[in-house]
Amino acid sequence: MSATGIGAAVRRKEDLRFITGKGQYTDDISRPGETRAVFLRSPHAHAKIKRVDTKAAAAMPGVIAVLTGADLAQDKIGNLICGWMIHSKDGSPMKMAPHPAIAANKVCCVGDQVAVVIAETLAEGKDAAEKIKVDYEVLPAVVDAAKAQSAPAIHESAPKNTIYQWHLGDAKAVDAAIKSAKHVTRLDIVNNRLVPNAMEPRVAIAEYDSGTDNLTLWNTTQNPHVARLVISAFVGMAPEHKLRVIAPDVGGGFGSKIFIYPEEVVCLWAARLVGRPVKWTSDRSEAFVADAHGRDHITHAEMAFGEGGKITAIKVKTIANLGAYMSTFSSSVPTYLYATLLSGQYDIPAIYCEVDAVYTNTAPVDAYRGAGRPEATFVVERLVEVGAREEGMDPAELRRKNFIKTFPHQTPVIMNYDAGDYGASLKKALDLADVKGFDKRKRESERAGKLRGLGYSSYIEACGIAPSQAVGSLGCGVGLWESAEVRVNPTGSVEVLTGSHSHGQGHETTFAQLVSERLSIPIENVSVVHGDTDKVQFGMGTYGSRSGAVGMSAVVKALDKVEAKAKKVAAYMMEAAEGDIVFKDGKFTVAGTDKSVAWGDVTLNAYIAHKFAGSQLEPGLKEGAFYDPTNFTFPAGCHICEVEIDPETGNTEIVGWTAVDDFGTVVNPMIVEGQVHGGVAQGIGQALLESAIYNAEGQLVSGSFMDYTMPRAENLPSLKVDTTMTKCPSNPLGIKGCGEAGAIAAPAAVVNAITDAIGSEDLAMPATPPAVWAAIRKAAKMQKAA
Amino acid sequence: MPAVSMTVNGKAVTADVDIRTLLVQFLRENLRLTGTHVGCDTSQCGACVVHLDGIAVKSCTTLAVQAEGCTVLTIEGLAAPNGPLHPMQEAFREHHGLQCGFCTPGMVMTAVDMVRRKGNELDEKTIRHELDGNLCRCTGYHNIVKAIAAGARAMKGA
Ligand code: FES
Ligand code: FES
Repeated sequence: MSATGIGAAVRRKEDLRFITGKGQYTDDISRPGETRAVFLRSPHAHAKIKRVDTKAAAAMPGVIAVLTGADLAQDKIGNLICGWMIHSKDGSPMKMAPHPAIAANKVCCVGDQVAVVIAETLAEGKDAAEKIKVDYEVLPAVVDAAKAQSAPAIHESAPKNTIYQWHLGDAKAVDAAIKSAKHVTRLDIVNNRLVPNAMEPRVAIAEYDSGTDNLTLWNTTQNPHVARLVISAFVGMAPEHKLRVIAPDVGGGFGSKIFIYPEEVVCLWAARLVGRPVKWTSDRSEAFVADAHGRDHITHAEMAFGEGGKITAIKVKTIANLGAYMSTFSSSVPTYLYATLLSGQYDIPAIYCEVDAVYTNTAPVDAYRGAGRPEATFVVERLVEVGAREEGMDPAELRRKNFIKTFPHQTPVIMNYDAGDYGASLKKALDLADVKGFDKRKRESERAGKLRGLGYSSYIEACGIAPSQAVGSLGCGVGLWESAEVRVNPTGSVEVLTGSHSHGQGHETTFAQLVSERLSIPIENVSVVHGDTDKVQFGMGTYGSRSGAVGMSAVVKALDKVEAKAKKVAAYMMEAAEGDIVFKDGKFTVAGTDKSVAWGDVTLNAYIAHKFAGSQLEPGLKEGAFYDPTNFTFPAGCHICEVEIDPETGNTEIVGWTAVDDFGTVVNPMIVEGQVHGGVAQGIGQALLESAIYNAEGQLVSGSFMDYTMPRAENLPSLKVDTTMTKCPSNPLGIKGCGEAGAIAAPAAVVNAITDAIGSEDLAMPATPPAVWAAIRKAAKMQKAA
Repeated sequence: MPAVSMTVNGKAVTADVDIRTLLVQFLRENLRLTGTHVGCDTSQCGACVVHLDGIAVKSCTTLAVQAEGCTVLTIEGLAAPNGPLHPMQEAFREHHGLQCGFCTPGMVMTAVDMVRRKGNELDEKTIRHELDGNLCRCTGYHNIVKAIAAGARAMKGA
């Protein structure tokens, strides 16, 4: 391993600009002559819009335009779409209701856009927005997914508010296994709704050049090319080649910046109308209602056990709340990103899952870190843990007994696991967490009047999203390959253009590590270019832990081509046969001789082209590649959480966290650990603190950082993070991906630990002190009664 | 519109501002010092922390006119121009105390103030408690805590 190659903890190249305040986030950009957009949003969860009176607002100082949904419809701006088609059991397509970028006839959730003011300054825009008069006819709202199917329909096209009734697996086999089971564990689970809350709020700046008819959008997006494609092909804003999308430094995404949102569409439309750049910056309060939320499942799950704790079947019924409209990838999250992972790390012969997706009068719900896989892991790992308790078995032992031990392994729910060693990560985690010493620690806690518990989560996820043919057959509207281009300059330095997008992941460092190692050039001589549709040909962006497994694989493919071409140049330079050229340690050598030329000589010769005629070989050294994965990747591991609870207050303190993950090849261990830290923090946040709470009228009660409990430094422990390794056989580098693991593993580990401590399974997330306190009291009462 | 004058990162500045202009708006929009960020509207996240007369404040909760006659230090002015990085900046890089970098300027400015108030030897508990006003969604704080402890120690020598 070289000091800057694969496996080295290289300090990040991008950090200098961030620690000196020179990062360039979208809101840091100011275009000459720019105007500000301010949205008027619905205060009602569900209402008919009878009239929008913009006269008084338009007359306010500094106002350039006040635009409504009627204006948008008149200009034939298309609706937003969901790009993954799901079919119901009966074969009918999902019911995608119209989602205009500004509501024209009715509003369907608090925060729905009703009008937009374009003004000289932000303050003038806000003042004017207050003067818009809207007559609403308020309609009854439904917010609870469990009640959605019996409430009046929100959208005409979706009777019973049902988007689809989907299923996967073999119902008959599962029912038979449950019937003949020695024991069945049953759980009712609520997977709480979360607000992603990347620290950088969303921003859009749109600019129209009437001379060239080009539109440019600077946007906080995780996938600029997909944004361009959707805004062009579906919304019909401009032809694709006339629209440029730039995603500069982006301050975190976690899924919430994948989607195509109304605000960027409106800014583009308005920029052309007013002939000046239009900028919109989300307030945090606005973000709470206007960003897509995550999770929000209600689930009943059953796990059947045979002799000796052998799992024989899982049966799951889930109602997934997709909110008021179908966001860009919302349909895939509770289906193919969820039910396909219900086998966990276990060899389970029969699995059946039914999912009803419903509309409610709440913010749209879509992918949030882990997307479907945290929900699946929570179901499986709670069932296994509770099953072990009910059967009086050691939860680690029960897991070990059921682990898949040979690969490849075909699960009953589509996925074909290619490699893993689940026993190895469990064993390492048990050692690192000193599980042997737990009983002693528990006694010490008891002496201090505290409860202590231990919880496991042996999670698996499907990442490296995804083979295009496979996702296409499941309804995905796009291919999920990645592209790369390697441009070698005459002086030997390299630019890598990638369709992956970094919003905290450190691609400028890790992608450069790959090139530095492969070409034996200093890492300083490599720069990574991403996030601009004018520079990078195409790309699918970053989500689903795909940048290493898919994005870097595309770079490998392009590097292969660069090497092949460079060998040709070297062959001409040394008058040798191309097949005799060996490239090693940055040198091209004629095999079996001491004749060699250096990398820099070859790159220069590739461009000056004096040693060969253009008819023999094209000058230049630049290659591109598209890499389409052959399979998903399957990161897996074991997280162990240890908690201490004060029964008097219900307060839970996480006193130990051990994470042992198998991510395959690790490119930069420092960055990978950081990803685990961040993911675990979000998972702990879900388990202990975070919850998007709507009241019965559809008002978001936890709609600010004052009410929605974000994890703070004091809520979190220091984390023990380690890895085991089985290489991923499905891509050239052996990478599985690490971005989502923590968020997937953590909630089950926390809840398993708390329920272990309090001796009751009757506890919903977030396990706040009042909730834990009440659960302890309730369990004590039941014990007394029994 | 009232005129406001202050010294920002060692330079005297004067401008006419709308009375309701926040200090963070003044820094970002008038002076184009965009290293100070805005992450919320309820004074909770700390992305906007700057030093006002040497003390950490949330510039989203301070009016520009309140800074009249004051000395303001932002992330851009923390290290001497063309000089080496401030030890706290260096510690954040060395300990991977940042991912997306959005919270980082506020974290670094808060950390420097923490050292002023609490000294150079900061234990984990103190650091976590003192970070109450700063949110980070990326790092889980693990490496931020490490970076601040190391940066605080390094500031002793500096
Ligand atoms: S922007 Fe100042 S505290 Fe959030
Ligand atoms: S590094 Fe992204 S919010 Fe802290």
